[in-house]
Amino acid sequence: MATGIKDKVAILGMGCSKFGERWDAGSPDLMRESFEEALADAGIERKQIEAAWFGCWGDGVNVGNSSIPAAMALRLEGIPVSRVENMCATGTEALRGAVYAVASGAVDIALAIGSEKLKDTGFGGLPPPFKGTFNDMWMPMGSAPAGFAQLAPYYRAKYGTTKEDLKRAISHVSWKSHQNGVFSPKAHFQKAVSMETIMNAPMISDPLGLFDCSGVSDGSACAIVTTPEIARAMGKKDLVTIKALQLATSSGRETQMNDWDGSYVATTRAAAARAYQEAGITDPRTQVNLSEVHDCFSITELVTMEDLGFSDDGRAVFDILDGRYDRDGAMPCQIDGGLKCFGHPIGASGLRMAYEIYSQLLGRAGERQLPNPSIGVTHNLGGVPYQGIAAISVLGLS
Amino acid sequence: MTEIGISRFGAYVPRLRLDRALIAAAHAWMAPGLRGQAKGSRAFTSWDEDAITMGVEATRDALAGADTTSVATLRLASTNLPYADLQNAAIVAHAAGLPAGVATSDHAGSQRAGTSALLQALKGTESSMVIGSDNPFAKPASVQELSFGAGAAAFLISDKDVAARLIGSASLAEVFVDHFRAAGSASDYNWEERWVRDEGYAKIVPAAVKAALADAELGISDIQHFVMPSYLKGAADAVAKKLKFAGTVAPGLEDGIGYAGAAHALLMLAATLETAGPGERIMLVGFGQGADVLIFETTNAITAARPPRGVGGAIADAVPTDSYLRMLSFYNGIDAEWGMRSEKSAKTALTEQYRSAGQLESFAAGRCGSCDTVQFPQLQYCVNCHAPSDGFAQVSLRDETAEVLTSTADWLSYHPSPPLWVGFVRFQSGARVLMEMVDIGKEGIDTGATLRMVFRIKEKDRVRGYNRYFWKATPLAAAQGA
Repeated sequence: MATGIKDKVAILGMGCSKFGERWDAGSPDLMRESFEEALADAGIERKQIEAAWFGCWGDGVNVGNSSIPAAMALRLEGIPVSRVENMCATGTEALRGAVYAVASGAVDIALAIGSEKLKDTGFGGLPPPFKGTFNDMWMPMGSAPAGFAQLAPYYRAKYGTTKEDLKRAISHVSWKSHQNGVFSPKAHFQKAVSMETIMNAPMISDPLGLFDCSGVSDGSACAIVTTPEIARAMGKKDLVTIKALQLATSSGRETQMNDWDGSYVATTRAAAARAYQEAGITDPRTQVNLSEVHDCFSITELVTMEDLGFSDDGRAVFDILDGRYDRDGAMPCQIDGGLKCFGHPIGASGLRMAYEIYSQLLGRAGERQLPNPSIGVTHNLGGVPYQGIAAISVLGLS
Repeated sequence: MTEIGISRFGAYVPRLRLDRALIAAAHAWMAPGLRGQAKGSRAFTSWDEDAITMGVEATRDALAGADTTSVATLRLASTNLPYADLQNAAIVAHAAGLPAGVATSDHAGSQRAGTSALLQALKGTESSMVIGSDNPFAKPASVQELSFGAGAAAFLISDKDVAARLIGSASLAEVFVDHFRAAGSASDYNWEERWVRDEGYAKIVPAAVKAALADAELGISDIQHFVMPSYLKGAADAVAKKLKFAGTVAPGLEDGIGYAGAAHALLMLAATLETAGPGERIMLVGFGQGADVLIFETTNAITAARPPRGVGGAIADAVPTDSYLRMLSFYNGIDAEWGMRSEKSAKTALTEQYRSAGQLESFAAGRCGSCDTVQFPQLQYCVNCHAPSDGFAQVSLRDETAEVLTSTADWLSYHPSPPLWVGFVRFQSGARVLMEMVDIGKEGIDTGATLRMVFRIKEKDRVRGYNRYFWKATPLAAAQGA
């Protein structure tokens, strides 16, 4: 019987580059930024790293295939470096590789680094991805906002939510993240924006307006992990350990059958159930103190609050409007600004979420520090609601 | 001895229409004279329609529910076939679900290609399909740009339920160059209309008519319908007058369609058959480097042979549009700035296309042999019970009605006719498929709206000149305007 990875792996150090339109930096420069911070935080030398996982999504506008670009950028000599790609869940996937390597006893110290250079495309937004030779033959090529916007009609139909209430709630999601971004010096966007501006912004894909969409940013985030025993032996006192790390990938049920009603993300629910079990969480509303979720679009964050069990089904609209997920609410969400304001360099995002939870748990979050959090959840979602990959981690003080 | 003839027929006209007055208005600065000829509307193909897709739709209208197992031959006639060396007719045959053993051929190179293909089929003994499908392009501000249109007509020739039989015919070859289009050229070069009318139509057609009447052992007074297409206004009336023809001169379908090249004679024949009663004689003329004349006599089966849509239904099934530049763009007449997203490679893996043809060409879903779940695409295992797909029964979604489950107008993705309408479609059989929706009007489309499937160009590879075809969903009821 598998026992899971709870408390088998501790975070030795983390780093995160400045996110944003980094005209000054390519992906190797961004990796260097997060890597050096993580090394210093861990208090180790490069040569102590025994294995590495590199997460990067879009090779067409980035560094090219394989793990070689990361090994060369960071001069990781003679160690196994693996390249992982799992759409927007890539960052968490990289962390999972490093954590599993340590948990298995294969290595003592492993590195996970995610990096994405999106602003070398020459245009705003994400480059259209390759769908595969077979899917290209029949599947329509919709954009990401078009895919996520389809949650809205399903959700409204199921819960009888008015168009106005839903728009106000998703606008509040973005408003709250902009409020938080102000206190996040590495965030792409650090300006507060009024509800009025958000609600009246140009439409991208109904009901998603400009401010309902996350930033397209460059950035990198990095984690160095080891066993709790080694971390303590190295003099670490407050330890952040991995309580759970789970993924769920669509098998086609949502797109090919009629049992999914479109008002939630099935992969998130599957991954959350397993993550909570692995972490021993029975009531996320009282046991989880904060979360960093995949707010690629504001509507995604809204349904994620229900998918993670933070709100009852059909009640996220009201919990959001009541301020439950605001900085001073019961369960702050996106305290660093989230994808919306911190930015979304795809391969780095999952690790950026972990970086914020780690910083908050260790009391290092500066002006945005929450009072004494002990358990945080990250939720990283690749693809679209009906065909994607949900990656969830639970991090806690031990 | 069995006698073959036309036993079923059908038609397709692109839904998109443009008032000719809008075309003339766009050119008024340099060709103010066009305004006088700008009456009614013309059909034009959307960016994802061509002679192949229109041919498929006309064939489906003609065959609607018919047994096609005995169809031995398929002829596709057009002067605007998308491929010079890749048989267009074979693509039509597969998409329309004709038997694998069908002998397919393309017929091109002349405005007479449609009537010549029909005559060949009728002179044979086999059951066959004849399809005329065309969307001629004319230079902006030309008279032809106003008179041209687009459409397709299809005929099933067989010995069962013959609705119109051929009772006489004649052909005549004459190198009379009223216009020409060199291989690789986009548009025609036209000679003076008065010469074409007086020396061409008025002399060549009567000679062929005389031979055909002799073949049928009839006089002109035995004919009730004179069907002669021409891009020249009044040409049919002038020839009829010269022939001393006293019956009905078939209308030229100028309003709502426009002159549809090699398909036009067949469209006019289909329109005539739609209203003809039993025992009526129809003279069909094809003109171009000579002439074909076919004389038909309808039978008692004519009333039952009328197609579900036909030419009349297709003309009525219109989506009015209001932008001349949109039509021009769909015919590659302007090089607009489509943004960097349009630079994405549209290269088709021809190997993959061949491997997956079984389910893509006829939109074949699989019904699981273990749990009955109908699913598209057919992957290795059932989406529900995970049984291997080897046990799937094939269910074509092509002719199933479906409804909109969700829809979104996507303005961000590159699409040649923005916005891209995309959403989930639910079929009667229970299949759920993410699909592109086309010919959506300004009002959008509601959840629950009824859809039908149409064969379209999925993506154009402009670098290599290759189209990838697939099925899309379109509202059963035409939109009020786009």
